[in-house]
Amino acid sequence: MLNIPLKDHFRQTRIFTARLSVAAGVLMFLALMLALRLSYLQLLSHGHYAMLSQANRIRPVPILPMRGLILDRNGVVLASSYPVYTLEIVPEQVDDMSALLLELNKLVTITEGDLKQFRKQLRDRPRFESLMLRTQLTELEAARIALKRPYLQGVELQARLQRFYPLGGLGVHALGYVGRINESEMERIDKSAYRGMRHIGKLGIEAAYEDQLLGQVGFEKIETNAHGRALRNIERVAPVAGKNLHLNIDANLQALAEEALGKRRGGIIAIEPATGAVLAFVSTPTYDPNRFVNGIDTDSYRKLLDDPDKPLINRALNGQYAPGSTIKAFLGLAALEVPSAGFDATHTISCPGFYSLPGDKHVFRDWKKNGHGTVSLKEAITQSCDVYFYRLAVALGDAAMRDFLAPFGFGAKSGVDMSGESEGILPSRAWKEARGQHWYPGETVMTGIGQGLIIVTPLQLAAAIGAIANDGVRFKPRLVGAIEDAKTKEREEIAPEPYAPIELQDKTHLTTLIEALTSVVHNPNGGTAYGIGYNAPYKIAGKTGTAQVKGIAQGASYQENMTPERFRDHALFIAFAPVDHPQIAVAVIVENGGHGGSAAAPIARKMMDHVILGKIASQPVATPKPDNDE
Amino acid sequence: MNLERLHLDRSLLYALLALAGVSLLAVYSASSKDLGMTINHVVRLVIGFGVMLLVAQMRPDHIERWSPYVFAAALVLLVFVLAVGTVGKGAQRWLHLGFVRFQPSELMKLGLPMMLAWYFARGDLPPNLLRLGVAFIICAVPAALIAKQPDLGTAALVFAAGAFTLFLAGMRWSIIVTVGLAIAAAMPVAWNFMHDYQRHRILTMISPEADPLGTGYHTIQSMIAVGSGGFYGKGWLNSSQAHLEYLPEAGTDFIFAVFAEEFGLIGSLVLLGLFVFIGMRAMIIAFLAQDGYSRLLAGGIALIFFFSFFVNIGMVTGILPIVGVPLPVMSYGGSSILTVMASFGILMSIHTHRRIVEQ
Repeated sequence: MLNIPLKDHFRQTRIFTARLSVAAGVLMFLALMLALRLSYLQLLSHGHYAMLSQANRIRPVPILPMRGLILDRNGVVLASSYPVYTLEIVPEQVDDMSALLLELNKLVTITEGDLKQFRKQLRDRPRFESLMLRTQLTELEAARIALKRPYLQGVELQARLQRFYPLGGLGVHALGYVGRINESEMERIDKSAYRGMRHIGKLGIEAAYEDQLLGQVGFEKIETNAHGRALRNIERVAPVAGKNLHLNIDANLQALAEEALGKRRGGIIAIEPATGAVLAFVSTPTYDPNRFVNGIDTDSYRKLLDDPDKPLINRALNGQYAPGSTIKAFLGLAALEVPSAGFDATHTISCPGFYSLPGDKHVFRDWKKNGHGTVSLKEAITQSCDVYFYRLAVALGDAAMRDFLAPFGFGAKSGVDMSGESEGILPSRAWKEARGQHWYPGETVMTGIGQGLIIVTPLQLAAAIGAIANDGVRFKPRLVGAIEDAKTKEREEIAPEPYAPIELQDKTHLTTLIEALTSVVHNPNGGTAYGIGYNAPYKIAGKTGTAQVKGIAQGASYQENMTPERFRDHALFIAFAPVDHPQIAVAVIVENGGHGGSAAAPIARKMMDHVILGKIASQPVATPKPDNDE
Repeated sequence: MNLERLHLDRSLLYALLALAGVSLLAVYSASSKDLGMTINHVVRLVIGFGVMLLVAQMRPDHIERWSPYVFAAALVLLVFVLAVGTVGKGAQRWLHLGFVRFQPSELMKLGLPMMLAWYFARGDLPPNLLRLGVAFIICAVPAALIAKQPDLGTAALVFAAGAFTLFLAGMRWSIIVTVGLAIAAAMPVAWNFMHDYQRHRILTMISPEADPLGTGYHTIQSMIAVGSGGFYGKGWLNSSQAHLEYLPEAGTDFIFAVFAEEFGLIGSLVLLGLFVFIGMRAMIIAFLAQDGYSRLLAGGIALIFFFSFFVNIGMVTGILPIVGVPLPVMSYGGSSILTVMASFGILMSIHTHRRIVEQ
């Protein structure tokens, strides 16, 4: 104890005693309040509460809302919900589970898979919860159960709404899917908003717009007898259906693109340059989201995971691709915009078919062995001359290239309305050194032709070429165009979100660049995409790209038909059309497809024809709902 | 057996043993005769009494010296919970310690009064404004950490534990009134920072019928349990509210409802009396404590114990919002039992280590 003067000690004791007495008084008063409250509840209101408690007859039961529809831009239904009968069991109320399962097996078909799923739930879920044994009972099966139900303690027949994707795998990477709410989601969500619900958006639009799609749970108060059987409804609050989503995606265009890719792996994004509206969002191979709705079985899931084509990967959103020569469409503009590099529209270089840094033996080859001769910017873009861009890259330097490419959205999320997007990589000396690695001068050279560390996603490429088409204004790609109230049909259009316009020294530079890009498609003398341009009824501006997957040793040469498919080059093509008033900008990547001009460009042409000429080349075929009759 | 030699306070010990006995009956019934859960509860109680016995042997000046470390440890654990804790029921409250889960916010209910008593014992009382300011920060930091989990109920309780100590230290009335008014004025602002579920709870306290499926449902069901118990109660193991699963968290936060349903008004009043007796005994120990640290801490412990059971029973009987505060000793929950028993150990230590002063 400290040495405190006696007077102070007494004063302190006095204060403390007084304070503690006050507190004791207040708390005794509060305790008295509790005693009074208890007396009120247990004596005065006892009759009232005893009545309420008598088997607690009145039970609020949730009524599930209809999850919002997902529709394409023309009203084609991509995701809907339909009612199904499910057979459920409350384990707590069952005396002999194996006897019950045997009994049920006589009434309905229960597969080994159903049992496996059910046993898993039986292990993981609380005993008082009702667990699903089978879904999609036929009318006949439901009737049989209903008839026998009075003798089946603990068995419930529920009408539930099941999510259904009528077009199967079409656009699955954009749509995503719903699945059963899992443990970790259970702890994250607001339980009262999900009362009685089993499903939640897991991926894609289904997850990103979960709040809009969900709707609000209603409830009815049901009077029950002592066994919990419903007698009559007392009160009902209707559920509010989830909002319908109208996508910008055109299901026909989507189907056309997926079909054009066929069995090949790839990613395609088509957008409307003036708004950022996503017209097609393609990643192949696709898979059927319907299999995930009620929990996919482990074997099938493993098969999807182990598939060498990796169907579960969202290539449009997360694909990690070297842009290859498509980067020249943007660096070409830098040649005009950055005077310090010493390039301009008329500046020519001579291309002998290779390039070496001064004082270095390493040879950077041009794709054309004997070179392109003397080329200006326009010819360099048209013929995709590598040496021109090697020199340009060295003249610009890594930092200037990075600064110039960043406003086009490279190295950053495009801002699409879906989560989990990849950022890609926009490298530079500073970027690499910040990660503790050395930057070699050769990396600057390689960046000039979109190889090396630089990595982009199809979304980024499409948004960037869209900015060229749209006078330097880039938009956030938008999958959802409008959100519609299911009841009032009131539509809330989602406004396009532009980024700050790309600053240009001179607007005519953009015109010059677009002329060069147009020449890529329409110039018969070496235009790398002339194959799709010679017969096009409208003007297309584009750039091909062929991205190396495997390094080629110095002195060796690449031969497509000698290389195993997995190591063949990725084919890329970015373009927009019509040149004078662009309606569509597109980025196509075909993995291991070979040349951009021959593998990727024709797909883009088909898609452009569809949008511009309105040719319906392909109709998505709806798979019928699972049959409800035996 | 000479309890004095064991540094135990006779009346407090008997009252706590009685409470523990009652809690066993209630937990067994609330868990629907789950033997595993009941045994768990027994183990926790035994450990709790063991901790109390150990703490009672320590001399108050040793406890005093350790106070800042207890506080610091609780604070570190709280930060830890925010960083790596387990999310449960919409909030991050738990810390996995391998074999058990621990709730550091419970420890803070004891750590904070210890720290403040230690701080105030080192200087003049009543404290000047500067020292009050420091004390306020000592209160606010852990409260804010707990509120961030988010667990507003426990945060308020921890803050109250600090505020009680400030009050006992002799904070001037003018300041108390000013702060009280400031808090009242800040309520609308706080509303904006609340999580949805917290707003929900306050709204449902005002009108439980507004959300019969959600939190209001809990209040209604809890009141039905208490009210339907009547004067004599339905008898042990006959709580239909708990067994039909109308009552949420029957074993923890709502254990009083189960008890009141089964043992009626008589049982509730006896239990309430038991709580009041323990609280009053704690206050008497505070009155008789001899040095600044001991009496501030003893007073703080007494008040927070009183306040805890008031808040819990208040919420079960529908006069306070549902804030998730356990009923001391009764509720099924290890962190709470250990902390409460440790604080009773401190009380016993303070009481049995007094020196006889010649008047």
